[in-house]
Amino acid sequence: MALYTLNINGQSMQVDVDPDTPLLWVLRDELGLTGTKFGCGVAQCGACTVFVDDQPQRSCVTPVELVGDSEVTTIEGLSGPEASAVQSAWIAIDVPQCGYCQSGQIMSAVALLREIPQPTDADIDGAMAGNICRCATYVRIRQAIKDAAAGLMKG
Amino acid sequence: MFKIVTMPEADRRTILRGVGALGAGLVLGMVLPARARAGSGAADLMPGQEGGATAGQFAPNAFIRIAPDSTVTVLVKHLEFGQGPLTGLTTLVAEELDADWSQMRGELAPAEMVYKNLFFGMQGTGGSTAIANSYEQMRKAGATARAMLVAAAAQAWGVPESEITVDSGIISHRGSNKTGKFGDFAEAASRLSPPENVALKSPAEFKLIGTDVPKLDSRAKSTGKEQFTIDLKRPGMLTVLLARPPLFGARVKSFDDTAARQIPGVVEVKQIPQGVAVYGKGFWPAKLGRDALQIEWDETGAETRSTDEIIADYRKKAARTGRVVATVGDAEQASSAHEKTLEAEYVFPFLAQAPMETLDCVIEADEMGGEAWAGSQLQTVDQAAIARILGCRPEALTLHTMMAGGSFGRRATPVADVASEAAEAAKALGRKQTIKFMFTREDDLHAGFYRPLVVHRLKGALDTEGNIAVWDQVIVGQSIIADTPFAVQMKDGVDPSVAEGADDLPYRIPNLRVSTHQTSLAVPPLWWRSVGHTHTAYAVETFVDELLVLAGKDPVEGRLALLGDKNPRHAGVLRAVAELADWGGSVPDGRARGVAVHKSFNTYVAEIAEVSVGLDKIPRVHKVWCAVDCGVAVNPNIIRAQMEGGIGYGLGHALHAEITLDKGRVEQNNFDSYRSLRINEMPEVEVTIIRSAEAPTGVGEPGVPPIAPAVANAWAKLTGARVRQLPFARHTRS
Repeated sequence: MALYTLNINGQSMQVDVDPDTPLLWVLRDELGLTGTKFGCGVAQCGACTVFVDDQPQRSCVTPVELVGDSEVTTIEGLSGPEASAVQSAWIAIDVPQCGYCQSGQIMSAVALLREIPQPTDADIDGAMAGNICRCATYVRIRQAIKDAAAGLMKG
Repeated sequence: MFKIVTMPEADRRTILRGVGALGAGLVLGMVLPARARAGSGAADLMPGQEGGATAGQFAPNAFIRIAPDSTVTVLVKHLEFGQGPLTGLTTLVAEELDADWSQMRGELAPAEMVYKNLFFGMQGTGGSTAIANSYEQMRKAGATARAMLVAAAAQAWGVPESEITVDSGIISHRGSNKTGKFGDFAEAASRLSPPENVALKSPAEFKLIGTDVPKLDSRAKSTGKEQFTIDLKRPGMLTVLLARPPLFGARVKSFDDTAARQIPGVVEVKQIPQGVAVYGKGFWPAKLGRDALQIEWDETGAETRSTDEIIADYRKKAARTGRVVATVGDAEQASSAHEKTLEAEYVFPFLAQAPMETLDCVIEADEMGGEAWAGSQLQTVDQAAIARILGCRPEALTLHTMMAGGSFGRRATPVADVASEAAEAAKALGRKQTIKFMFTREDDLHAGFYRPLVVHRLKGALDTEGNIAVWDQVIVGQSIIADTPFAVQMKDGVDPSVAEGADDLPYRIPNLRVSTHQTSLAVPPLWWRSVGHTHTAYAVETFVDELLVLAGKDPVEGRLALLGDKNPRHAGVLRAVAELADWGGSVPDGRARGVAVHKSFNTYVAEIAEVSVGLDKIPRVHKVWCAVDCGVAVNPNIIRAQMEGGIGYGLGHALHAEITLDKGRVEQNNFDSYRSLRINEMPEVEVTIIRSAEAPTGVGEPGVPPIAPAVANAWAKLTGARVRQLPFARHTRS
């Protein structure tokens, strides 16, 4: 066990865990931030996606000892124009079915729009292919990302 | 996910009579007399007040609570795992209540018999029945509450009830210019007796049913706020992972937990009947602890065959006619009378449901019973299993229904596998601490409860005019309900799930025989989104397509001719999808289209898929057109979503998925080897919903069956190759 001071959603938080503990379980079990989900544990499904220094990362394979003083952002701390555009678009066309993977989908979508404000279908496929949705809400994920991009362009 | 009637015959007849008489019998069962309310689920959720409501609240029955602030909460008796009952059942109540959608809330009802599925006679979500069995019940609940609010307003205002109107949550009396909200009369209404019979609206009067009311759970699910079982945290709670045998049917012989106990955060290790449980302060210690266990397994009597051996065995069985479940004319005699014949054998793999939220259950046991939380499809079955293991009465164990992160059938086990393991783990700990019992993805894929492996053999023959003269089908596969408490459902030992979708062929064929061999394996089987239809639709719709091609007929026109005039709803969706896709119009170079139509769970769906050869030499599906007839469309937006999702779920598995055994050991571990559909493989989907005044039927499953055969038929047109074994990824490239 070891003490770590983490920067989560702009707040400094201390945890005492095994150095190998994946960031996912630090967030969920130690800090009670359960919006980030467990789906596979091997970086296959993307349900655990968070931002580490604004880059989308699979928190299930990110050992806490490697996080250092990086800024970690979870769905609970998500903010900014892209985030609100994406979440509004998600709600407007009822993207979620079971909803379990959607935190991860939204994190990946926000990261995409921050990088490419007006993505093509190929851009969307490329950015979102790491996020599995077993309900296969993909048609609406694609549409919501386009709607969010259109909303952002209008300002 | 299943079509099962578990209620005693007498009860079932009563309910069926009730349905036949426009539900007259259901009203009595639905509205709880005032004295009984204390025992209702509503009362459990609203402790402290006789009659089931807290101060000022109005709870006319177990399904509705109206608060002083006029919010209306519907206790939704069906599990929500994405298919929409939270919104759908709440819509049914709101419609007859004449509520405004913005005042409606939905909550999942706990385990209680009052929340039973009227088609099952027990509480349960499956068989795409949520809307179908609730359609009148929930509307009557809403209409009853409305009548009581109106009566309370009439009393307060001193005006006749007949002069009062309700619109969008506002109660009005025009003559005296009085208006009020539901909350204003909630307390007064709660003192009235519910009327015994209430009139329901005619479909022409619907304001919410038939519209795309926004889903109640989209916001929480788009902000990370939705609470699933896995998200629960209770004081002092431990996380439990179970080491299960590597072979189906094996047991623990001995184990050494010395290393496991040395891992910081591992609190306890206990053997339970199903394996060895590791209790940790959180998931990670529990996982490290489990990894460190040394276990010797007793593999006596375990399944040690590979799937190839099971398939070989099934193939032998398929060569013989089995137990006949459907027959027309004389298929045996007629088969030798025709020159143009076709024979085919189909093999379908085991499939895991693999819901995104891995399986879980939280139990807080005490001396008397306790509480449990689970995304359960069979609440009372899971409740009874936990109670039996803990040694308490079921009523002493409160089971809270949690929002479930997908299911596809997996959370409905007749043998309550997850709840039982969790209860054993809670019991082994001496009921001292709350446990969160979890599965990893590997646990999920290895635990069994798969869509059974199935082999079909088909023989067909054409007459001189190219009509299908003979159809002889043999199906070999496990019974899902044999050796479970649901086995009482079987009639003369026949499990209807083995041949469903093949034993009620809509096509006019003069000589037809469908027979089955029900097998038994140590690998536990289960329903999987659309159950038997997952394979029967594929075998039937690709084989009929092949026969039509052999006869030189168009796949749509040929099917319509075979459907005749006795199957208007099959024909209706087929014509609608052909029109939507402009069947017969031009198709881009390098692509081809295939069609399939199938009825499941009383819903009719036809799909057309446009396919090319993908880079990896497997089908690349560009677009799918879909027509669905599910009777009255309660929420068209949810229906479209279920068709889109059903198509994606069906396509993903047809392309990639299989669970295989190597000498009994499951070869797939996670989503790397049990491939899921990804966004880049998702076709564009266009859905049309048939306008209908028929009673509504389900949409959770029926979108799945037609997609794989539609793709296979397009693939055959494109490449000339008929794919007779799934998944495509392993069997199209050879």
